[in-house]
Amino acid sequence: MNMKWLEDWFEKIEPKGKWAWLGSTYEAFHTFAFTPKTVTKSGSHIRDAVDMKRSIIIVVIALIPALLFGMWNIGYQHFLGVEGQTFDHTILECWWFGFLRMLPLIVVSYAVGLSIEFAFAQYRHHEVNEGYLATGLLIPMIVPVTTPLWQVALAVAFAVIIGKEVFGGSGMNFLNPALVARAFLFFAYPTHMSGDKVWIANDLWGSDAIAGATPMGELAAGSHPSASALDMLIGTIPGSTCETSVIAIALGAILLLMTGIASWRIMLSVFLGGGAMGLLFNAIGYNDYMQLPFYYHFLMGGFAFGAVFMATDPVTAAQTNSGKWIYGLLIGAFAVLLRVCNPAYPEGMMLSILFMNCMAPLIDHCVVSRNIKRRERRIGR
Amino acid sequence: MKNLDLIKLPFSKENPILVQVLGVCSCLAVTAQLKPAVVMALSVTVVVVLANVIISLLRNTIPPRIRIIVQLVVVSTLVVLVDQVLKAYVYDVSKQLSVFVGLIITNCIVMGRLEAFAMVQKPWASFLDGLGNGLGYSVILIALGFVRELFGSGTLWGYPVMEKLGLYGIGYENNGLMIMPPMALILVGLIIWWHRSRNKDLCEK
Repeated sequence: MNMKWLEDWFEKIEPKGKWAWLGSTYEAFHTFAFTPKTVTKSGSHIRDAVDMKRSIIIVVIALIPALLFGMWNIGYQHFLGVEGQTFDHTILECWWFGFLRMLPLIVVSYAVGLSIEFAFAQYRHHEVNEGYLATGLLIPMIVPVTTPLWQVALAVAFAVIIGKEVFGGSGMNFLNPALVARAFLFFAYPTHMSGDKVWIANDLWGSDAIAGATPMGELAAGSHPSASALDMLIGTIPGSTCETSVIAIALGAILLLMTGIASWRIMLSVFLGGGAMGLLFNAIGYNDYMQLPFYYHFLMGGFAFGAVFMATDPVTAAQTNSGKWIYGLLIGAFAVLLRVCNPAYPEGMMLSILFMNCMAPLIDHCVVSRNIKRRERRIGR
Repeated sequence: MKNLDLIKLPFSKENPILVQVLGVCSCLAVTAQLKPAVVMALSVTVVVVLANVIISLLRNTIPPRIRIIVQLVVVSTLVVLVDQVLKAYVYDVSKQLSVFVGLIITNCIVMGRLEAFAMVQKPWASFLDGLGNGLGYSVILIALGFVRELFGSGTLWGYPVMEKLGLYGIGYENNGLMIMPPMALILVGLIIWWHRSRNKDLCEK
């Protein structure tokens, strides 16, 4: 296809004179459409096919299986709640309902987040960064479907400004912005983020919900989860919009690992850490929750989603290889620890990732200084 | 002009919270509601003004080696007096403030002004300096208390503002994060951000 006309048009509208302050916005759209013509002239630089845009877009593609399944599950849970086990709606009808429910969340997240990103980039004369394309999709995927839109907008604004821009924008943030948004909602509006009455949409609009407990909610209340392990693996359970299906998440994980966008060390060690903690609790076996088979922890709640898409965020994770192992192991262990031992927080994954985000620089510092000490010993100092 | 500066500077360029980052502990702890914030602000102002004047009067008689303990005795006496007054007249607020009234003794603003100013300045200047710093602290405390109570509990001085405006009817909800201390820290950070963007000379290189 001949795209010359678009390129000419971009050349024509390049802001000059009194519109020069719009440079960053123009540049963002221009480089979004075409490969930049400018090249680095000095200093060291690496040529690589995987640049920022491509790595972000691969994350977005990896999210699509979970997103599509999540949309279907919203509709499925809705019809199940309204009409009972015998409902007759096709897969497509379920998916369409979920799509219409998810769309406003996604639109609000992108609209609010991107306008703040553009405003900051413009004000600071930075380039607009692509990082928000992934964050903006992640936020609607990890909240309950009935979250009011104005609260989502507020959480997105909080996450982008306090979680990211005050530290200097994408790449400088020490907390995962999507989880900052979720944590904001969790602490600011707890009635919309936990309990039995937020996970299943009652109708197409509004924040009414049908009662329906997640497996974690049931466990925190002291009973055994009513869903089977297979249901949890496939994901036909109530939960945050797109976190329920471990299979769909695994598809995304395969893409992320094949392309090397996410670190396999972190992903593996999160599961190892969670499994080890689960086994430890099995050995203690003090109450029903502790006796739960360890692999249930991988299937319930946001564990798999957090391990694949949140913990592996390259900006906020540990940078050194042995640091990544420690970082991942502790995320898994803390997540299971919080789930089992703290009934006030039924889901520990969010808090444990945020906590380890804070600890990541410390881990890296220890790993690096240990390495320096080891090498000093080797040369006999 | 110099005396006027003593009052004016602590409001902006030498604000104890925004620039010197002193007294942050109490400003996170007592500002969940407006009323305790105002009472705390007044208490600290009274203590820092009186302590400044007293220490300034005594400054030539205090042996340098035991000056801290002398300052502490003066401050503790004043704080105990303030505490008794609060218990007598605003008992409910006094209970809300709990240990934080007693902790005025160790408030860095009070100790800082005594060490840095009252020990070497005349009583009138010390009085103005204490007043300026106390009020500079008060401004931030009251601003925080205002925002946190309004958005956290939907009230102001106990008056249900948000309910009277009818906002709950259209789906508005109180922000639970606002009444937690971490949000006070974030709000102080936002105020510092705004303050420094207006006073570029305060920014560290």
